[in-house]
Amino acid sequence: MGNSLKSEKMPEVYIAGNNMMTSLGFTTDENVENLKNDISGIRLCTDKNLYPTPFWASPLSTERLNDSFAGIADVTLFTRFEKMQILSLTEALKNSKVDVCDAKTLIILSSTKGNIDLLEETRQNYFSPERVYLWETAKRLAEFFGNPNRPLVISNACISGVLAIITGMRLIKAGKYENVIVTGGDILSEFVVSGFQSFQSLSQGPCQPFDAKRTGLNIGEGCGTIILTSNSSLVDDSCLIRVTGGHSSNDANHISGPSRTGDGLYLAIKGAMNEADILPENLDYVSAHGTATAYNDEMEAKALALAGLNHVPVNSLKSYFGHTLGAAGIIESVVCLYSLKQNILFNTKGYQEHGVSVDLNIIKKLTSAPVNSCLKMASGFGGCNAAVVFQKKIVS
Amino acid sequence: MIEITNYCTISGNHISVNGQIDFVQDDSAMSFTDFIKAAYRNYKMDYPKFFKMDNLSKLAFIAAEVLLKDTGFLTRYQPEDIGILFQNGSSSLDSDLKHAASIKDKTNYFPSPAVFVYTLPNIMIGELCIRHKIKGENTLFIFPKFDTGFLYDIIDNSFATGKIQSCLGGWIECGNDNYQAFLF
Repeated sequence: MGNSLKSEKMPEVYIAGNNMMTSLGFTTDENVENLKNDISGIRLCTDKNLYPTPFWASPLSTERLNDSFAGIADVTLFTRFEKMQILSLTEALKNSKVDVCDAKTLIILSSTKGNIDLLEETRQNYFSPERVYLWETAKRLAEFFGNPNRPLVISNACISGVLAIITGMRLIKAGKYENVIVTGGDILSEFVVSGFQSFQSLSQGPCQPFDAKRTGLNIGEGCGTIILTSNSSLVDDSCLIRVTGGHSSNDANHISGPSRTGDGLYLAIKGAMNEADILPENLDYVSAHGTATAYNDEMEAKALALAGLNHVPVNSLKSYFGHTLGAAGIIESVVCLYSLKQNILFNTKGYQEHGVSVDLNIIKKLTSAPVNSCLKMASGFGGCNAAVVFQKKIVS
Repeated sequence: MIEITNYCTISGNHISVNGQIDFVQDDSAMSFTDFIKAAYRNYKMDYPKFFKMDNLSKLAFIAAEVLLKDTGFLTRYQPEDIGILFQNGSSSLDSDLKHAASIKDKTNYFPSPAVFVYTLPNIMIGELCIRHKIKGENTLFIFPKFDTGFLYDIIDNSFATGKIQSCLGGWIECGNDNYQAFLF
C-alpha cells in the first residue's frame, strides 16, 4: 500500500484563506498593522475572577467580542470560546472561495482547553455540561457552518496548532479531502492562569523572548484560522503559498521541561525540511515558539544550531499577543503567511540583550527582505515538538 | 499493509493481552486507583514515577508495559522512527476537575504544578516517550468514541509517507467513573 501511495502524484497544498484574532485585533490586517507599529496587546490584568492578584496577559476585548458576534448570532447561546471560533472562521471564509458546506471540506479544531471555564459552577447554569468536551464544541462548530463532515479535534499542548496544520496537509495530500479548515483557540481562564502561576512561569511584565533578562511568559487569548486546499483555483490571491512539509517529535526527557539539548525539536525541524525538500541555506525565515521562559528559548536556540539554521532571521511574536496556547501555532503561522506575501519580517519585541548560549540572527527591527520560505516551530508540555514549512509557489 | 503485532485492553478491572485475560480483580467495587496499583504490583514493575502520574497516564503506562513486556519490540527501531498516535474522549477531564477544585475556594486556594501539568491529555504520551525512549511523531486526537477507521488511516499515512516505521496506537480514556484502554 505504501508503494502505491508514493507512486501517485500527491496534490500540492495551498493556503486559501486565514484569520487571526488577538488582543491586537479581530482581523489579520488589523493585527499586522499593530505589529508594524510595534504595539503590544500585553497589559496588567486586575480581574480577580481570573487570578487573586494582578498579572500580565493579553486578553481579547469582551465588549468587542460580543458586539462583533451579535452581527452573526445570539450572544447568549454560545460560550466565549465558541464565539471566538465562530468569528474567526467566519472572517477567514470571507477572504476565501472554499465552500465550508462542501462534503470535500473538513474542519480541524485545535485547542488545549476549549470550554474549560464551564467547569466553574456559575456557568453551568447557562450551558450544558457536555460542552466541556472538545468534540462536542467541534460538532457544534461544524453544525453552525453547515459542514457535513465530523470535525477532527487535536489537543496536544502548545503544539496543537502546528499539528493541526500538519494533519490537514496530510489529509489533503492523501486525497481524503480537497479542503481543510484548520481553526484553533484558547480563552484566558482562571484555570490556566492559576496553573501557570503555580509553575511560576508567568513573566512579571511583558515577556522578552531570547533576552538575557527574560523571566517567563504571558498568557494570550486568541483564535486563528487557516484554510488549506489542493485546488489552486480557490485561492483568491496572486501570491500562492504552499504547505510543503511538517513533522512532530518528542524529547523523551521530561513532562514539564524542555530538553536541555534541543535534539527533540531538531528531529521535528529535520523531518519538516526533508519533506519540504529545502536546505538550510535556502530558508529565509524562522518563526520560533519563543515563549520567553528560560529553558524554552535556550532549547530552541540549540535546536536551530543543530539544524544549521542559526544564521537564518528568527523572531518570536509572543511579546505582541502572548502565548495563545492551542491557537499559537495557527496565529503565528498566519503572521508567517503575511511575511511571505509582503516580504516583510517583524521584530522580536522586548529583545535587547542576547540571552541564549547560541548566536542567533534575531530580527531586531521591522525589515523588508525577500521571504520565499519559512519554518514555523512549536514545543510544549509533554516534551512534544512540531515544525511546518511554508513556501511561495514559484510560477515559471 | 500495517500489521498489528500485539494488542492489550484494560477495562472493568481486567487486563487482556492479544485477547487472553492476563490480570483480573474480581472485586467489582474496586476503584480504578486501587485496580491500577494492584496491576502495577502484579507485574512487579519498578518505576516510582508511576505514583506521581494522574489516572490517565497510569492507565496508558500500565497498558504499554503489559503490551511491550518481554517483546523487545521497540529495540528494533530507532527512537525517532517510533510514533505514538492516540485517541481519547474526555481529554484530561479527570485531572481538570482536580485542578478546578483547588481554585474553587478563594480562601483555600492551592493550585499545584503537580496536578496542573496533567491537565493536558498528551502528557500521557510524554510519559510513554520517556519510559520507552520514543522520539517519533506524536499526536492526540479527541473523539466522542474510539474510531478505529480514522486511526488506521492516520497511522497508514504516517507509514506510507515514511514518517515512522513503528507505532503505538490506541484509545486511552479515563473519564467520570469509567476507564478504557485499547493499545496496539
